Amino acid sequence: MSQHLDEALSGAATANPKTPFILKLVRFREFAILLALVLVFVGTSLKNTSFASTSSIQGLLSGPAVIILIAVGETLVIITRNVDLTVGSVVGLSAYLVGDVYVHYPHTPVLVALLVGIAVGAACGLVTGTIVAYARVPSLAVTLGLLYIIRGLDAVIVNAVQINATSLPAGFIGVGANNFIGIPIMMWIAIIVVAVVGYAMRNFRATREMYAIGSNPEAALLAGIPVQRRIFSAFVVSGALAGLAGALWLAEFATVGSTAGTGYELDAVAAAVVGGVAIFGGSGTILGAALGALFLNTINQALVAGGVSSFWDQAVAGLLLVLAIALDRYLVVRSERILRVEGRDRGRH
Amino acid sequence: MEDTETVLEKDAAIDLGGGRGLVSLVRWESGLVILLIACIICGTLSFKYFFTPQTIFFSGLDIGEIAMMALPMTFIIITGEIDLSVASMLGLSASTLGYLFLHGWNIWPAMIVCMVVGAVAGAFNGILITRFGLPSIAVTIGTLSLYRGLASIILGTNTAVGFPLSTLKLSLPIGKSEIAYDFAIFIVMAIVFAVVLHLTSFGRSLYAIGLQKETAFFSGIRVNQIKFRLYVLSGLVCAFAGILYTYQEASANNVTGLGLELNVVAIVLLGGVSIFGGRGTIIGVVLAACIMAALTTWLTDIDVSGEVQSIIIGGLLLLSVLVPNARDGFVRIRALFKRRKVGASL
Amino acid sequence: MGDVVSEGFIDGAADAARDSLDTPKPLLVVEHAKKSFGAVHALNDVSIELFRGEAHALLGENGAGKSTLVKIFAGVHQPDSGSIFLDGVRVQLSSPAAARDAGVSVIYQEPTLFPDLTVAENIFMGRQPLRSGRRINRSEMTKLTKDAFDRLGVTIDPSRAARGLSVADQQIVEIAKSISFNAQVIIMDEPTAALTEVEVARLFDVVKTLRAQGAAIMYVSHRLSEVFDICQRVTILRDGAFVKTALIGETNIDDVIRSMVGRDVVAAQSAGGGTDGANVLEVERLTREGIFTDISFNVRAGEIVALAGLVGAGRTEVARGIFGIDRIDAGTVKIDGKKLKSGSPVAAMNAGIGFVPEDRRQQGLVMEMAIDRNVALASLRGLSHLGFIRKSSERKMAFDWSARLRLKYGRLSNTVMTLSGGNQQKVVLAKWLAREPRLLIIDEPTRGIDIGTKAEVHRLLTELVKQGVAVLMISSEMPEVLQISDRILVLCEGRLIDEFSREEANETSIMRAATGLARTSAA
Repeated sequence: MSQHLDEALSGAATANPKTPFILKLVRFREFAILLALVLVFVGTSLKNTSFASTSSIQGLLSGPAVIILIAVGETLVIITRNVDLTVGSVVGLSAYLVGDVYVHYPHTPVLVALLVGIAVGAACGLVTGTIVAYARVPSLAVTLGLLYIIRGLDAVIVNAVQINATSLPAGFIGVGANNFIGIPIMMWIAIIVVAVVGYAMRNFRATREMYAIGSNPEAALLAGIPVQRRIFSAFVVSGALAGLAGALWLAEFATVGSTAGTGYELDAVAAAVVGGVAIFGGSGTILGAALGALFLNTINQALVAGGVSSFWDQAVAGLLLVLAIALDRYLVVRSERILRVEGRDRGRH
Repeated sequence: MEDTETVLEKDAAIDLGGGRGLVSLVRWESGLVILLIACIICGTLSFKYFFTPQTIFFSGLDIGEIAMMALPMTFIIITGEIDLSVASMLGLSASTLGYLFLHGWNIWPAMIVCMVVGAVAGAFNGILITRFGLPSIAVTIGTLSLYRGLASIILGTNTAVGFPLSTLKLSLPIGKSEIAYDFAIFIVMAIVFAVVLHLTSFGRSLYAIGLQKETAFFSGIRVNQIKFRLYVLSGLVCAFAGILYTYQEASANNVTGLGLELNVVAIVLLGGVSIFGGRGTIIGVVLAACIMAALTTWLTDIDVSGEVQSIIIGGLLLLSVLVPNARDGFVRIRALFKRRKVGASL
Repeated sequence: MGDVVSEGFIDGAADAARDSLDTPKPLLVVEHAKKSFGAVHALNDVSIELFRGEAHALLGENGAGKSTLVKIFAGVHQPDSGSIFLDGVRVQLSSPAAARDAGVSVIYQEPTLFPDLTVAENIFMGRQPLRSGRRINRSEMTKLTKDAFDRLGVTIDPSRAARGLSVADQQIVEIAKSISFNAQVIIMDEPTAALTEVEVARLFDVVKTLRAQGAAIMYVSHRLSEVFDICQRVTILRDGAFVKTALIGETNIDDVIRSMVGRDVVAAQSAGGGTDGANVLEVERLTREGIFTDISFNVRAGEIVALAGLVGAGRTEVARGIFGIDRIDAGTVKIDGKKLKSGSPVAAMNAGIGFVPEDRRQQGLVMEMAIDRNVALASLRGLSHLGFIRKSSERKMAFDWSARLRLKYGRLSNTVMTLSGGNQQKVVLAKWLAREPRLLIIDEPTRGIDIGTKAEVHRLLTELVKQGVAVLMISSEMPEVLQISDRILVLCEGRLIDEFSREEANETSIMRAATGLARTSAA
């Protein structure tokens, strides 16, 4: 009898059509962005053929390396239902400090310089993570306050010494300028990070617990997940990636003022949301966020190439973010409605 | 399902929190008053003309627009939402004013158009958040970009100057001294907002929405309509602030007001309004605005750079969220180890 | 607990039977447990035993100590004194994780799953089976999940997202999680409150399967008829103290109630009559796509009409449709003969409808607001002059109504969080009665409320209709429905199946109608 009841309750028991549907939604998002990206590229190239030139494509692929890195870090934090508004300031601080290292030690190996950047960022992430995770303070308010503090600190330090291209060795600048199989080294770094972090987010217990925390914080606590530790880690990683991004920023622009990285935090959030990361946490992929960053950057460049004044950048970016959020909401509402109707039908028999 | 024991333990846990709402609020505002007095004392110690009408005038001028925008922001945060597009709406209004002025418009109709633009921008936010149910933090991050972008598109790289300053007096005489006009406007607005929040049914419904939206709706409170109106109000106030800001700066360009939204949120949070919604007072926000004004004036007087001021404001913001939560955390830890007295009868 | 699920149960019912035939050793023993919260003694010297293979009911009014005992088992609270033994070994259930490791698992009424994650991941979160390099082995996880479901005799797709699962399915997932933890003791806290009858039957089958596999089930419920269906023994608590444990076969519902309450409960009697009142509510062909169809009925002044039916029949939805919380696709609602605008709670309120919702905490009250402000919440306009709230009027309203409803509170400025469930419900009632409604819709009036307050609420409703108010009551508690309603309308799957008058109604016929079978002839 239970067998019969149960079949009635599950409808088409084993051949469950819902699974591929949900997966389809996920793949749909990354696929959709890629598709949009290709469309934008093709469309713009038609209008302005130099958009499809090698140097232009190179620019398209190296430009977003910095934003991709901070978008990846931001994604981790957002997944746990938090937000990290310090990343822009951390980029600026890290860029400066790495440059400062070069000013004092001109023969620093590139790898060490990158590690310095990561360390600076991780240190900032440590502070942020401690306050948010262990003092249990809402992350919006905390990272807002820290944004002020770090930006201020950065400006104080920067006013002391000016860093420009002459301070930096060719090798370091090469990270931004040189290519490996046609793609700038910076971008390779970003790609590797995306691949590694993306893989990790899917395949390890600790990272799946981060999704759980964002999906249902109370249940996560009840399940014995070390919530504070995971949130703390998310912020440390976000900081570290922002620090790395800062080092790469320096490699790309070879000069640092006190406004480096200003506003990047909102770009990171926008990239993640456009990429399918739910703003309230619990779902979303690293690949999606990276694609979101790539997409937003491409749109910026496309506008310029297509002859539209760069003043439209911001407006378009803002509009895209709003559309992405609306799309996400629509998909969730629709899938919930479908599942609810099915559930009701099942319970009837 | 509710039962006695669940209630008991929940009561034990939230003893200092929502239960004695009024008490905890009074404590926060008292703390702010002390902080304000401390700032004034420090300021006067380093510069004996600190607490004079002259200085107050100029610091009021600085903070006026930001403080104004903090008022509708307070309402919005109390209902559990947020509006990060405020500075962009200010910039959009300033750009519109500059553009129209450059094209020969008379200043008064131009100002009206700016207000309409602000209302429309606010309404756009409102529709996305209420009608489509989108999360306000994400939406207003998007419109922050959108409106700033529109401001850029409207004015381009031009800077509008030469506004007829005489049409708007910079100061209002009060008795023998003068007070910065925008600060005066802020105070008047603050009084109106405070009365609405604490004495009217509209204000009561804001708290209800912030604390338990569903119950508010089930009790006949028009949640979506109210939230929508708040966003339109925010748009109007920001547009107004944009006009005043332009006058004060005597110019308008596409980066007018860039980044100010965080200052606004900082004032609101410092004022004791909970980021979670359902809690906060206008008097707290006014005190916080005064503290910001006094603090920045004092720090500038003793030659502390803008960047370090930034650090200090950030620190204050951090403290303002850490302190109440730290107390709750302490209570929680204490409850784990000791027996709790339960005061309420059942 | 190991990473890989192993056989957790004694194989076969035979072992369990043998164990209970010889000197049966209890699986779980609690001795002299005491627990206080401040000045209130929640548990006072409670001892209980659970044997393998039994379903043991834990009964008691609200405040009796059931919830505290459950939380002690769950590792959420620790007893102030007393000891817990599992299989003869003394254990400390010092945290939810410790309780789980010891093999004790609690299934709450509202299961909390991770909606964005798959069913398999929900079950194995934090203990996912691993392959090389500490990476999660998804295929193994899926297989183990399927095994757990097979063992329970249910079918749910392990790879589907938990979002959108019905409450019943969510419970099954929680149970599967428990057995994947090798839970020996499974405590179910009000498991059937939100289940359809089909789902309840499935749950009972699962319980039987678990028992056969040697687990001990503790069944906490207010639904006494279910308890007598599924349990072998029952333990009753009252005011934190142990009253008695009995074999189900040796007791009956009245006996149990008497032990729970300590007195004979006098049921409220409806005034009877009300047949000459005018129609207050007229519902004609009310339809909401996919939820309910062609609902037509009236409620007259002075009568209590109950909407009966199984959970999921659409009763709450009909009420919400009338009150304007949800939109209506077709049909009309008339109050006192005037057509009511649909989709607007404000219009409904202005027409004189009050709505006491199902979920007190989320829909009826603002928990962190004061008692007086909650009472005033639906009357803000009436209490205001030119938009300004008259605080003195507000306080007076709260004071008057609290007195009339005999509310037990500390101060009116305390938050409603400080009140017991029954008193909270009184606040919700006060809020709506203060508006002097023509029609009061009340959804599950006494859910989760102790028996004493239950009787008070019933009395209140019968007095209300004597004053000419019309009451539309939704209730899943048959005794309540039969006691105080003048007429009973039965819904099934969104359709109005049958109507019974007070005289002709009985539990069986209502149940039949609730499953869709109308009577072939009247009375």
